[in-house]
Amino acid sequence: MVEFILNNETIQTDKPNGYLLLDLIRYDKCLTGTKIGCREGDCGACTILIGEWVNGRMNYSSATSCLTPIGNVHGKHVVTIEGLNMDQLSPVQQSMIDESGTQCGFCTVGFVVSLSGYCLENATPTYKGAIASIDGNICRCTGYKSIERAASNIAASLEKKEIDSPIEWLVSNNFIPSYFTGIGDRLQKIASTPTLNGHQVVGGGTDLYVQRPEEMVELAVGSISSDPSLRFISVEDETCTIGGGTTVADLSESKELKSTFPQLNDYIKLVSSSPIRNISTIAGNFVNASPIGDFTAFFLALDAQIHLAVNNKARSVYLKDFYKGYKELDKTGQEIISKISFQLPTKDSCFNFEKISKREHLDIASVNSAATIRALGGEILEAHISAGGVAPIPKYLAETGAFLKGRELSVKTIRSAAEVIQSEISPISDARGSEDYKRLALRQLFFAHFIKLFPDQIALESLTI
Amino acid sequence: MKNIDSIGHVTGRSLYLDDLPTIQGTLFGVVFDSPKAHGKIKSADYSKAEDFPGVVRILTSKDIPGENQIGGIIPDEPLFADGEVHFMGQPIAFILADTETIAYKAKKLIEMEIEELPVITDPREARAKDQLIFPPRTFQVGDPESVFDSCDYVIEGEADNEGQEHLYIETQGAYSVPMENGHVRISSSTQGPTAVQRTAARVLGVPMHKVEVDVIRLGGGFGGKEDQATPWGVMTALAAQLTKRPVKLAMHRMDDMRMTGKRHPYRSDFKIGLSKDLKILAYEATFHQNAGAAADLSPAVMERTLFHATNSYFIPNVKATAYSCRTNLPPNTAFRGFGGPQGMFVIESAIAKAAEEIGVKPREIQKANLLNDGDEMPYGQIMDQCLAKNSWDSLESSFDIKKLEAEVEAFNSENSDFKKGIAIQPICFGISFTNTMMNNARALVHVYSDGSVGVSTGAVEMGQGVNTKMVQVAADAFSIDPSRVKLETTNTTRVANTSPSAASATSDLNGKALQIACNKILDRLKEVAVKKLGVDASTIELKDEKVISAGTESDLDWKSLIQEAFVSRVSLTENGHYSTPIIHFDKSKEKGHPFAYHVYGAAILTVTIDCIRGRYDFDSVKLVHDFGKSMNLPVDHGQIEGGLVQGIGWMTMEELLYDKEGKLMSNALSTYKIPDIYSVPKEIAIKHLETEGHEAAIQKSKAVGEPPLMYGLGAYFAIQNAVKAFNPDYQLKFHAPFTPEKVLMGLYEKVGEVVPD
Repeated sequence: MVEFILNNETIQTDKPNGYLLLDLIRYDKCLTGTKIGCREGDCGACTILIGEWVNGRMNYSSATSCLTPIGNVHGKHVVTIEGLNMDQLSPVQQSMIDESGTQCGFCTVGFVVSLSGYCLENATPTYKGAIASIDGNICRCTGYKSIERAASNIAASLEKKEIDSPIEWLVSNNFIPSYFTGIGDRLQKIASTPTLNGHQVVGGGTDLYVQRPEEMVELAVGSISSDPSLRFISVEDETCTIGGGTTVADLSESKELKSTFPQLNDYIKLVSSSPIRNISTIAGNFVNASPIGDFTAFFLALDAQIHLAVNNKARSVYLKDFYKGYKELDKTGQEIISKISFQLPTKDSCFNFEKISKREHLDIASVNSAATIRALGGEILEAHISAGGVAPIPKYLAETGAFLKGRELSVKTIRSAAEVIQSEISPISDARGSEDYKRLALRQLFFAHFIKLFPDQIALESLTI
Repeated sequence: MKNIDSIGHVTGRSLYLDDLPTIQGTLFGVVFDSPKAHGKIKSADYSKAEDFPGVVRILTSKDIPGENQIGGIIPDEPLFADGEVHFMGQPIAFILADTETIAYKAKKLIEMEIEELPVITDPREARAKDQLIFPPRTFQVGDPESVFDSCDYVIEGEADNEGQEHLYIETQGAYSVPMENGHVRISSSTQGPTAVQRTAARVLGVPMHKVEVDVIRLGGGFGGKEDQATPWGVMTALAAQLTKRPVKLAMHRMDDMRMTGKRHPYRSDFKIGLSKDLKILAYEATFHQNAGAAADLSPAVMERTLFHATNSYFIPNVKATAYSCRTNLPPNTAFRGFGGPQGMFVIESAIAKAAEEIGVKPREIQKANLLNDGDEMPYGQIMDQCLAKNSWDSLESSFDIKKLEAEVEAFNSENSDFKKGIAIQPICFGISFTNTMMNNARALVHVYSDGSVGVSTGAVEMGQGVNTKMVQVAADAFSIDPSRVKLETTNTTRVANTSPSAASATSDLNGKALQIACNKILDRLKEVAVKKLGVDASTIELKDEKVISAGTESDLDWKSLIQEAFVSRVSLTENGHYSTPIIHFDKSKEKGHPFAYHVYGAAILTVTIDCIRGRYDFDSVKLVHDFGKSMNLPVDHGQIEGGLVQGIGWMTMEELLYDKEGKLMSNALSTYKIPDIYSVPKEIAIKHLETEGHEAAIQKSKAVGEPPLMYGLGAYFAIQNAVKAFNPDYQLKFHAPFTPEKVLMGLYEKVGEVVPD
């Protein structure tokens, strides 16, 4: 039995917990404001909000209902446009009208829901933040300029919002209906027990529901998100440990990680979109085993270890040893990634992540790469370089790393290492680019690591002569 | 006035096809389509699928009581493939089941053996093999061949463009309900309700009056639902007729992308001749249109390529020839611009290449050749009220082109990792259906006895704001508050024999028809007022809901006047019919006056490329546009910004890829990328060209749907200029889109190195 609150109504359903939230909303509950555009998380027409009771308050974030199994919203609050509508238009809705941010209207609800989700965030409102909240919403009539203006007005109208307890403020200022204030209490009454066993274990669902939707919707699934104990980020003795249920959004909100990787949110902005990052898990990205997974590349360069667990048995494996072939893993069917760990970069190390895709945001990489480089006194002491999109598996460039180790940090070394890279990779031509392009792109991203990390020593001109 | 649908849109209460309440007993349809691009169907076994629990029936060509034919212009396309398949995604059968999930499961159980035949995906290859949809056409004025010899510069080259997926966020769909006496009612997401009705009648073998088509609104169309919404409407109608149950088809995205046609890819050759003072004296172009496997709208699209082959320029000697080439791709179709952008890309490529070889800026050639009043177009129309030069001059004076260029040069000399590029894009777009007979429309107006007004027209609302403009037209005609006017759905039983909502002409045609209908009622209302007030007819007018007599407000207001008319047994219903005057075109001579008027404008596009990664961002687009006298600025600005961004998308990231087997590689939103909020230009500045507007435009407010898309062409040339600024070895190429891949490859291209594009 899955139980959750849909807008102001408590829902109990015996449907398999793998059933799609989108279908339940539209076809079982006839709430047709939520639209279907692609069923793969790439358009945002089906955006809804998911609210959770965490540490004594409600946290809301946007999600694509087309990729969300209902099991993942057990004990949570799901908000569709119907749950945001009031007798009068909210300031979000009114701004969209005032700025003519709606043409054919099909994508509009997704924008309104995403922006309403932004209002509910516990963050200082900014224009940039409001725009970031709609980075997963596609408007083909392309009224983006009007929508930008609407977002700007909305951010301004939130100036006096009480950041720590926004719900009361939003209710009293007619952003959201008053029933929101009672949701926390109602959610606490819904019994919750982790259900990790199922025909298929699901993290955020953002890959599984793209690849095998027909099968998934009929399954009883094991829901990683039903076990809050899997969702954490901790740092101890210079080791960072991340739970198997941790989402990408959790990563971007972590104070420890942000101080370790000052550009973390610039990297994350290149990965997918807000509603997907809010639900997708890091461990899911690893297990999906896409040769182009952004976080796989990211953590390969940190030389991360993953910890696999099944029935109280646990073992660990380096991420670079996890991939045995295309979509082949060193993992049994029942094992789940319980946690991920890595050594925080030391003072003399630096990290960078790079990605090239056809569209800069909300796209799968053509090629990506990450690098951790420890250098002292002009010598490279250690280098971990990864690359995606250039081999059947997410590639840990072991030979390139070995080549760099102990060599002088110089243009000559980097150019020679770029040659080593070419011998380590085997890209193929496909919809994301030709082989030649991918080879050139990885060379450029490899150069980019050094140009960004050592700007005083390495320049583009000297590398590409 | 804001879009009348705004409140419905922001609250999610606006209804689209898939939102219609499901009627009990509804069957759900899934199309079984060809897995091969070309071949003979040797055997087909539907028995396992038919036996699957929940499957009600599977329809094939054998079940069609009428004609198995959906071709609109040329009857060359079956509804269901019969014997042979000609593109991957061609419908073969229609599976009807209690749920969509069941239909999809059953689809996997269909066994089919197809003997494969050679596949053609390239239009030049198709022409070489005589695979033409219809004979080539040539537009000619003067004799370029004899003039090239006397030109100071003659430049030849090739210019290619790829297709573009419409990607309306609402996919194709239809919901048909059987009515009494063999009638069927089709709710369709179509731009052309009459096309759905006519084709359904043909396939079902019934008169058109037995088929009713109703359209509420579309979640985007862009041309993709002009002709290509038809098969789905017809299939569900056929299924409803045969099963006597309601039948719904709401396509999944990948099915839609696989089965439907796109904007046409073209392969073109050009030869351009100029004098020392940069006058274009002669121009030859040969276009190879990739039509796909059937005609669809290709003849009309190809025609518009020829009409716009010279864009905004006067060229005294022109020969433009176009071939519509049959390939094994889904039949390509209408897309905003309708062949015009493809023709304009070639002349702009020719100018860019000529400028490079002569050693001048492209804008110098562009400016030297802009159209004037009195100039003759290759198709015979003499330009009148021409605003090409005014647009350019206004662009120069409003935005200081030379200063912008200097800023770009300064940036480029100071930065090594980033480079900027700039390009100017003038446009000139003809307004009217090029098929003269289609330039007519009707409107039906009811004034109800309480003074509220119901308006039906042939226009389909798809985000372009036509219904809002129709409310304005009716409210202005009666001088009443717009809240009194309701726009009804577009329905073939209320307004018949309509042209599709296309060619940017929907507001003009339907608005003029609506004005006529309203004015007829208005005349009768004035008579009622004259009688009631006992005054002279010439002094009566309606203003702000009041009857004014000889300049004085009378006791009669709108509501009481309507009540008076009603009790006096005066008809409060009227039909208006409008057909565009003046226009004509003689296809045997390829000469005439096909356009009611032209829309003009010019844009400056500036881009910054990241020379490490090959990424790019558009800094700004500054443009001057000829709105005429815009009747609705928010709506028209939305069309400008939207069209522009769609055009930039086509020229940059939207890469439609088919493999040699005719399989669509970019088959989902994950592989076919359209602009997101971060990829639109940081600044879009729109300046209005001050004009009086054109009489043929509704309320002198010129058509605005398609023209702005072509500002986007400049994106290609701006990027190319930035690449060139980084890499002097780079050789100009003309093959849109300019993807990040092509940018990176271009940035690092070496002299003499042949880079495949």
